[in-house]
Amino acid sequence: MTEAILFMLGIGGVCGILLSFASKIFYVYEDPRVAMVESNMAGANCGGCGYAGCSAAAQAVVKGDAPPSVCIVSGAEGAAKVAALMGMDPGTAETRQAYSMCDGGVRASNKYHYLGVISCKAMSVVFGGQRDCHVGCLGLGDCVNACNFGALTMGKQGFPVVDENQCVGCGACNKACPKDIIEVKSMSDKLLKFNQINDPLAPCSQTCPAEIDIPQYISHIKNGDYSAAVQTIRMRNPLLLSCGRVCPHPCENDCRRGIADEPVSINQLKRFAADYEMNSGSRVPIKCAPEIDKKVAIIGGGPAGLSCAYFLRRVGYQVTIFEAMPKLGGMLRYGIPEYRLPKKVLDWEIEGITKLGIETHTNVRFGSDFGLGSLVAAGYEAVFLGVGAWKDHALGIPGDDLKGCFNGIKFLSTVSAYVSSGISEKDVLIRNRMNLGKRAAVVGGGNTAVDCARTMLRLGLEKVYMVYRRTRKEMPANEVEIVASEHEGIEFVFLAAPSRVVGNESGEVTHLEYLKMELGEPDASGRRRPVPVKGSETLLEVDTIVTAIGQAPDASFKEETSRRISELTLTRWSTIDNNPATLQSSIPYIFTAGDSATGPALVVDAIGGGRRAARSIDLFLKEGKVEPVKDSLQKKRIPESVFKTISGVQPIKRAVMPELPVNIRLDSFVEVDLVLPEDQALVEANRCLSCCRICYNPDKKPA
Amino acid sequence: MGDYIVLAISCILINNILLAQFLGNCPFLGTSKKMETATGMGMAVVFVIVLAGIITWITERYLLKPLDIEFLRTLSFILIVASLVQFVEMFLKKSIPALYTGLGIFLPLITTNCAVLGVCLINIKEEYTFFEMLVSSFSYSVGYGFALVLFAGIRERIILARVPKSLQDTSIGLVTAGMIAICFFAFKGMV
Repeated sequence: MTEAILFMLGIGGVCGILLSFASKIFYVYEDPRVAMVESNMAGANCGGCGYAGCSAAAQAVVKGDAPPSVCIVSGAEGAAKVAALMGMDPGTAETRQAYSMCDGGVRASNKYHYLGVISCKAMSVVFGGQRDCHVGCLGLGDCVNACNFGALTMGKQGFPVVDENQCVGCGACNKACPKDIIEVKSMSDKLLKFNQINDPLAPCSQTCPAEIDIPQYISHIKNGDYSAAVQTIRMRNPLLLSCGRVCPHPCENDCRRGIADEPVSINQLKRFAADYEMNSGSRVPIKCAPEIDKKVAIIGGGPAGLSCAYFLRRVGYQVTIFEAMPKLGGMLRYGIPEYRLPKKVLDWEIEGITKLGIETHTNVRFGSDFGLGSLVAAGYEAVFLGVGAWKDHALGIPGDDLKGCFNGIKFLSTVSAYVSSGISEKDVLIRNRMNLGKRAAVVGGGNTAVDCARTMLRLGLEKVYMVYRRTRKEMPANEVEIVASEHEGIEFVFLAAPSRVVGNESGEVTHLEYLKMELGEPDASGRRRPVPVKGSETLLEVDTIVTAIGQAPDASFKEETSRRISELTLTRWSTIDNNPATLQSSIPYIFTAGDSATGPALVVDAIGGGRRAARSIDLFLKEGKVEPVKDSLQKKRIPESVFKTISGVQPIKRAVMPELPVNIRLDSFVEVDLVLPEDQALVEANRCLSCCRICYNPDKKPA
Repeated sequence: MGDYIVLAISCILINNILLAQFLGNCPFLGTSKKMETATGMGMAVVFVIVLAGIITWITERYLLKPLDIEFLRTLSFILIVASLVQFVEMFLKKSIPALYTGLGIFLPLITTNCAVLGVCLINIKEEYTFFEMLVSSFSYSVGYGFALVLFAGIRERIILARVPKSLQDTSIGLVTAGMIAICFFAFKGMV
């Protein structure tokens, strides 16, 4: 017996001594803060944070991989204690929430029948699930079962609905979902998300250069929730009042209803929601993520710059806009005439953006008033270059410098500056100050040309010609603009190439001589190339000539003394060279978008570019390098979402845009296009089929 | 040599520690939901059983037997195996961090696993020589890992089936385990 007791004591003692020695010998240094952080966590090892136990979570916090608020059980109090331990601000981490993009659910048609399967995981194992659409929700609710907090329910329409008050952002649903439909995202993640080939996207959202979730905002309008519609648009486009007025809406060309009926008037609905907010007298609040201690300089306060600044500010950066003109807005203010986009509306819109806490400096020109060196010295870690394309192409014919010749953008910005200063009612004054005559010719067929022509009519010129070297079919201007200018009495001279400006002895323009053209073989752009007809010189009696045949960026800032900026490469069209996927220029911390990167393009292109640049700048400042979006779409269509025919659609007339009568509008710069009345907007919103990638809500068949 | 092969086969298949002797059921049910976890657990078990087999065999041979206190076998083996696993864990953490991160979470789980103790006791009961003990420990643990991986594969597919609510998860797991055990019965005819 004694032997046995001694033996057990002995063996216990040996084990104990060995282990204690081993713990000394094999000691591995561990940050003492790990233990301290762990003691402030709930200790339940629930795994709700997404880490394997509290100890792993504590290690992640100390390593900086997880925010202090990672423990979902200990709540705000625990987060504050952990943050104090780590010497951090408890608010630094953005909260994340579950978010599902698919809104197909049960309406999506089935490809296979899986009798009796009870989980999405099981279903996806066999041929990826029953739906026709391979990215869509399977609807068996693995995510709902995985949620420990009761934040998810399976909605009636067959996709999960997130209760934002219950969701803690643990990510258990995302892990349970076999198709990555439900994801855990912060607001910043959502703001900087770009269309990818496997996303559940409607045709219109695929085409929209700004990638707005169009079906969602239209469905908010359907439900009468106009401020939610505004918020949805603002996730992608901060300039909804402007875009609602001037956007040529490429989305509508791809509207699925347009296959069997007229497309939904998407842009008018955007304008309706935007105008509703403005006229309601109060702004829909815009949330920003917690501040990040990094500064970004935005050069150019046009649509690209404003968009980039807006998204970076919402993600938390400290943003400063530098603008060469007296006011922000770029081409929106100085290139688009008052009658299309009233300055008052633009001011209201820009005020809403700058009010987020964006610093602005106007009347400072990059290259002459400040340079790259001064920005770097002032602590700006990234620069967005969106200086636009403000240099008009010259006509390049004899006499184009005579008195009475103007350039398109210069002309429009001068008029805009006068109108901004409040003398719009006395248009005669403008005409006299600018030395405009009575009869004018506008050379060119783009939007700038049409804008110039319509502006001149409003300034009181008697006769305005538009001289274009091809035919009406080839005019690049928006169809609505061309129609409106026809209504207003502008005379078109097609197939005419100016050859000489004729002046009198005192150097004033008297005639424009042009050659008649005929259409030849199609050129690289697919349009038929105009060929001059010999000996067809014709004189047009005009005293004012405006040239609007294209623009290029003004790259004079490159002459700045700083050696660094000379490393910025330009393309042969003098746009800023960049990586089209990341918008990073040849100088790694300079990003660029808008007209200065693409050459003259749409406002909505600049807005989308600004957001893309914001994403790249965010990655650049957080991770040091910029990876392009994986499987990015960038306006390309998803092949399976392109339909040739569509069933279940009954033609319903598209809403007609209300316009000011011609006789009233020619006397003033009052806005021509009017907003849809509420009842019509609702009818129009209900025409939307709420499409997704493949499925959509067909019109109800009459009983 | 032939004897060793027969021993190995009988340990892996015929007397499979899980399915024929029903030892070590807790991790069998607990870590068999995912193939990945099952593989990790299987490796850890091989590692621990072989080590424990060696050290308990030596204890038996050079301590318990000479001192004539074999009745303390179970008690002392528990103590030794527990300390051994702790020791190994510390050693791995310091010396082979890569292996530690791979096996780390599973090691403490099998500190007092009945399969480990069972193999050690069987080794003694059958009066194996040192080399036989090595073969049997290794084969038993490989058999354990094999059964675990097999079972995890089946469980990953069970979700495809429509299981009545009262039988879901562990219940159907046990039923399945029983059926695999019956299948393993067939190996009895091999030797």
